[in-house]
Amino acid sequence: MIEFWVIFTGLLVGITCGIAGVFLILRKMSMIADAISHTVLFGIVMAFIVTQTLNGFWLLIGAAVAGILTAYLVQLLHSSGIQEDASIGVVFTSLFATGVLLITLFASNVHLDVEHVLMGEIAFVPWDQWTFISITMPKAVWMLLLVLFINIGFLLLFFKEMKLATFDAVYAASIGVPIIFLHYVFMTSISFTTVAAFDSVGAILVVAMLIGPAATANLISKTIKQMFLWSMFYGGASAIIGYYLAKLWDTSIAGMMATAVGILFVVTVFAQKFVNHKRKMIVRKLESL
Amino acid sequence: MLSGNLLWVMLGTMLLGTAAGITGTFSFLQKQSLVGDAAAHAALPGIAIAFLLTGQKDLPILIVGAAITSALSVYCIQWIVAFSKIKADAAIGLVLTVFFGIGVVFLTVVNHSPLGNQSGLNDFIFGKAATMTKVDLAWLFISATIIIIVSLLFYKEWKLLIFDPVYARGIGLPVEALKAILTVLIVLTIVTGIQSVGVILMSALLIIPAVSARLWTIKLSSMLILSAAIGGISGMLGTFISSMRTGLSTGPIIVLVASSIFFISYLISPAGRLNKYLRKIQFRKQGEVG
Repeated sequence: MIEFWVIFTGLLVGITCGIAGVFLILRKMSMIADAISHTVLFGIVMAFIVTQTLNGFWLLIGAAVAGILTAYLVQLLHSSGIQEDASIGVVFTSLFATGVLLITLFASNVHLDVEHVLMGEIAFVPWDQWTFISITMPKAVWMLLLVLFINIGFLLLFFKEMKLATFDAVYAASIGVPIIFLHYVFMTSISFTTVAAFDSVGAILVVAMLIGPAATANLISKTIKQMFLWSMFYGGASAIIGYYLAKLWDTSIAGMMATAVGILFVVTVFAQKFVNHKRKMIVRKLESL
Repeated sequence: MLSGNLLWVMLGTMLLGTAAGITGTFSFLQKQSLVGDAAAHAALPGIAIAFLLTGQKDLPILIVGAAITSALSVYCIQWIVAFSKIKADAAIGLVLTVFFGIGVVFLTVVNHSPLGNQSGLNDFIFGKAATMTKVDLAWLFISATIIIIVSLLFYKEWKLLIFDPVYARGIGLPVEALKAILTVLIVLTIVTGIQSVGVILMSALLIIPAVSARLWTIKLSSMLILSAAIGGISGMLGTFISSMRTGLSTGPIIVLVASSIFFISYLISPAGRLNKYLRKIQFRKQGEVG
């Protein structure tokens, strides 16, 4: 049962991040996700300092606020003429450094160590259980399910608008799609995803799961719906492969899942090159006939 | 308070900041700031693997490992952008997280192994300048000096490469080789800095001084000098402040000093907010008169 919950949590992270990652890749905002995953630490520490509790709800709020703050600050610097990549770099390193400093100053004796935030410990997930309407599941699973529903809800509500705002922002703005509003709503959902996942699997794996599966799906899919399906598939597959590899070598589960994301990407790239090559050979053969 | 050792460490971090300010300016102008971030994260697996293979904690061995994986990550990013339809931002993010993930995997293996006993490798994540020994400092001095001298040697070529790559190719400059040298220097800066600043915040030292300097000037030569100065001051001041209380990591403080300088520049520099605001008021006044 313990093993089941660990794999199930990994699977949920893979699928949730897979869904959220698609528009992230298409809107060329992957590095903002990386930035948010670092600044989440700042939000969590601030929430702790203000409320003096480690209540999951307040941490979630703090982290979401930090995520939106990051997106807002990056936008602010970018719009005043600083290159986008440099603005991202300045914002997230500053906030992250502040977070680390605040931890060492105010929260050094609390269960809030930085390495835990970065690398997570998915193996501890099954012990922190939570009962709601007489169903008992690990807390991480509850959080991830909630975020999964938020993400799906966001897509159901705004899929058409997001598609338009992503592929033709000027046209979308001209027919009255609120693209700035959509940008911030999307950033909020990304922050929620990061927060829900980081406690169990760590910030690094969240980014790997947000970017990797969607980027791999982008290689092989022709429509956006295909991309969603492949992205969810790759996210789930990396979680399962990563878990068993980690068990085999007795090492960090989250780290191995991130490694599995990379392995699947490399395999897909080469498989695609191979298929393209084969296809070209067949066409050449047919032409020569 | 200002003991002899602290003075040396401050001098070391100042040199590091200077070197990072110079190479950071070039990578900033090539719009490659976040590649440095990925390369810095990618140093982690190199450190862990080098330790696993040799079983030694000697700095040179770990640094060679870090340099190999950092350079490999930069190469991977370039390869992905060139040979697949993945855009640069996604390629950087993917390579960064996957390399860091591999690093965490190996670090866990090290910590579980009998000879690991934590082995201080975890210090590389956030850096601890205070624990640097004489030998470590000697390494820092040598490589920072090399970085500064080499960037001064290639100043003219890189300037051309950044602002007019087509012309540079036209007059027969070895563009690819020049780019490769720049990459090597950036990697060298990163691996030099990871012990004092740590892998996660090393990229800040490459980015923030360059961005702050850009707000004050549009000339490359003055931008380089300013960026080097800002980096140097942050390194020195950050180390000094973090030595005042025990238990403070050096990396975050250095970064915070640098970002305070950025924030001040953002407000009061010629390209900053205050100046823009004043000019707006001036224009409005002119409009009212006319």
